[in-house]
Amino acid sequence: MQLDPKVPGGPLAEKWSRYKRDQKLINPANKAKYTVIVVGTGLAGGSAAASLAELGYKVLSFCFQDSPRRAHSIAAQGGINAAKNYRNDGDSVYRLFYDTIKGGDFRSREANVHRLAEVSVNIIDQCVAQGVPFAREYGGLLDTRSFGGAQLQRTFYCRGQTGQQLLLGAYQALSRQIAAGGVTMFPRCEMLDLIAIDGKARGIVTRHLETGKIETFTADAVVLATGGYSNVFFLSTNAIGCNVSATYRAYKRGAAFANPCYTQIHPTCIPVAGDHQSKLTLMSESLRNDGRVWVPRNKSDIGKHPNEIPESARDYYLERKYPSFGNLAPRDIASRAAKEACDDGRGVGPGGLGVYLDFAAAIDKQGEARIREKYGNLFEMYERITAEDGYKQPMRIYPALHYTMGGLWVNYELMSNLPGLFVIGEANFSDHGANRLGASALMQGLADGYFVLPYTLTNWLAEQKPGVTPTDHLEFKRVEAEAGEKLKKLLAVKGKKTAIELHRELGHVMWENVGMARNKQSLEHAIQRIRELREEFWRNVNVTGTDADLNVALERANRVADYMEFGELLALDALTREESCGGHFRTEYQTVEGEAKRDDAHFCHVAAWEFTGIDKPPIRNEEPLGFETVKLTERSYK
Amino acid sequence: MKLTLYIWRQKSRTSGGQMVAYPLDGISPDMSFLEMLDVLNEQLVKKGEEPVAFDHDCREGICGSCSMMINGLAHGPERGTTTCQLHMRSFADGDAIYIEPWRAKAFPVIKDLVCDRSAFDRVIQAGGFVSVNTGGAPDGNALPVPKVDAERAMDAAECIGCGACVAACPNASAMLFLSAKVGHLGAMPQGQPERQTRVRAMVMQHDREGFGHCTNISECEAACPKEISVEFIAQLNRDFIGSTVNATVK
Repeated sequence: MQLDPKVPGGPLAEKWSRYKRDQKLINPANKAKYTVIVVGTGLAGGSAAASLAELGYKVLSFCFQDSPRRAHSIAAQGGINAAKNYRNDGDSVYRLFYDTIKGGDFRSREANVHRLAEVSVNIIDQCVAQGVPFAREYGGLLDTRSFGGAQLQRTFYCRGQTGQQLLLGAYQALSRQIAAGGVTMFPRCEMLDLIAIDGKARGIVTRHLETGKIETFTADAVVLATGGYSNVFFLSTNAIGCNVSATYRAYKRGAAFANPCYTQIHPTCIPVAGDHQSKLTLMSESLRNDGRVWVPRNKSDIGKHPNEIPESARDYYLERKYPSFGNLAPRDIASRAAKEACDDGRGVGPGGLGVYLDFAAAIDKQGEARIREKYGNLFEMYERITAEDGYKQPMRIYPALHYTMGGLWVNYELMSNLPGLFVIGEANFSDHGANRLGASALMQGLADGYFVLPYTLTNWLAEQKPGVTPTDHLEFKRVEAEAGEKLKKLLAVKGKKTAIELHRELGHVMWENVGMARNKQSLEHAIQRIRELREEFWRNVNVTGTDADLNVALERANRVADYMEFGELLALDALTREESCGGHFRTEYQTVEGEAKRDDAHFCHVAAWEFTGIDKPPIRNEEPLGFETVKLTERSYK
Repeated sequence: MKLTLYIWRQKSRTSGGQMVAYPLDGISPDMSFLEMLDVLNEQLVKKGEEPVAFDHDCREGICGSCSMMINGLAHGPERGTTTCQLHMRSFADGDAIYIEPWRAKAFPVIKDLVCDRSAFDRVIQAGGFVSVNTGGAPDGNALPVPKVDAERAMDAAECIGCGACVAACPNASAMLFLSAKVGHLGAMPQGQPERQTRVRAMVMQHDREGFGHCTNISECEAACPKEISVEFIAQLNRDFIGSTVNATVK
């Protein structure tokens, strides 16, 4: 497989401007002759669809939710990074670039990350112009706060609902284009498969979730903005509907899947309460600005009310182990430290799976009113779920699956190895390496959609003759029929277990063996178990109803079927990456202090998996990562 | 906990529906309301029956998907709470719980508890935005926004578009939803150039969709999971009248 990253020449800081200088253009009158499909309406998909329609392309936009406003970007709480240096605290494009590269444990592509840092400043301007109500200082200027992995205050926010406000900004821009006729919107329409002809993406197959109607759509280019795959772990902070199906089907049609083992476990989630749990709720990382993380120093104090444990008997382990970053250590490090404390038998709450996040000191210093102003909605959410008051006693938190850095492989232009297939936002692999820093997902989604794709897609389309494949083409008919047959097959099994039960079992295998700490033995065991579960799924799943109307059981089963295959790919990637880096922690590869130990000599590359057929081992391709500007060092937050 | 659920079951847009009783046992007070329905649905599938269809996604109170009348109250008995954030500890052992979809002419039922809220999208498409293309925006700090204005805008912008205001309103009016967007953009300097045309276009679309008129009953505010104030409706009325007068006098 050819993996040409197509990084432009020149010094790092000039690559993007050179690209834009040299890119090919399309005359405005001709843009309307090109049709672009955008799947997903989150920050990346929504902003891309709106921006492309503003340029004059004919855009078809799809989402499985009942409205494009409901994509899961809406749940992002904390904020969005930008190298504005409004604080005069020494920020710059280079520093944001460097923090992101280092945060990603030196496993991302320099040129992509630098471009991300460059356009970060435009995103804030754009969102302000849309009327996004960012938090303000009394003088009327934009307020910022700090986030994990940075020693600066570069995170812009809208209370605890930054994702919601940014998404509504993109949704409103999209709505404006829908009204203007530039975008045709297809809500409640789920992508079932990608149609590639002669190695080129030409269209998609969709199912209308209300009527069950399966249809094909044809276009000059297909953009996937379908998010991440955390739900392969069953319990995660993702929405129930988030799924891997679009990207995984694209993989099965020839697109390379890069670094699936890079999964991010978020340190501040509300702990699991029982078996009935359907999802985990995240508490924004911004809480770590003022909250102090601790567990009892002595096991004998477990079970006591936290307020009865004296200061001297508490272990503020993040402050102890990482004095310079303290409670703001990056997510992967904070998560592993929590797991260590719990493995040591000092965890709190049900099952000993929790640590305290304490606001007493911050409330003492700043007053409850100020804390309420900053995090009121998060405290409320916490109380609703746990029936405990975070102002009166420390919250209990535990790590949970949150974000996936891996995704479809893309080059500098955000195009996969399949010409005509572009992948943006969390769905691609490109910018966060092995670990994403807080407040960078919103930045990347909007960077891709507003400021990168409109340029790179134009450059690519300029070399293509406009004109779509007719939907009665044989390949369109074949893939459409295949998608329908798969649903019929699911309905015909009529076994004993529901798709949710089997999904929960898969998630358990993933969390126990491919979760926060992995090793050769656990990964081999996981692969074996996933194969057994997959076999059981197709023999024993029970899906009621029909495929001709709204059928929630069928939707779920169809997504779980893909997880049953994808989980194995994730475990295989983790098994073959014989090093630890960022969110990928192999217990065999750690420093004496228990930190992730990279192996730059052998693994300083992207692993891009190539599908070769059902039940055949996929091929592991490598894209070497060259670092011209930064020096590879051991990531230290001490 | 032991419960008896009475749930609205309806096959499709065109078919009739009815309340069906489902006894349910072994529910933990720590479950969320939707997790309780998950338990029921798992049992139904095991019996070979179709699960109850309901809209849901994020399950943390922000996407606005979940939408059900619980014992006659939109999103159930707790104030400022979406259905997905409602926990079973709000109910008592042995309770009978009546669960229905949103009922409004502009929100036709698609199946069981799922209704079609695309009217909301069309109301936003009519003018709920600031007409700026990507690129060319001035620096974010070029225009200071007084903190109190930004806060007021945010109070309105928190709307999640769930439709509880419509479901709770005896007139099935969407004025609170509408006023939240008009209020958000109207409080920001960026929203000023289109302030007058926006409010008229959105109100016209609202009426075209078949939502009822607002008669200041304020049920919407009580039902709103984000507790958006009816003050925004007052602001909307003011904007609407001013805008209409301006348009006529010209």
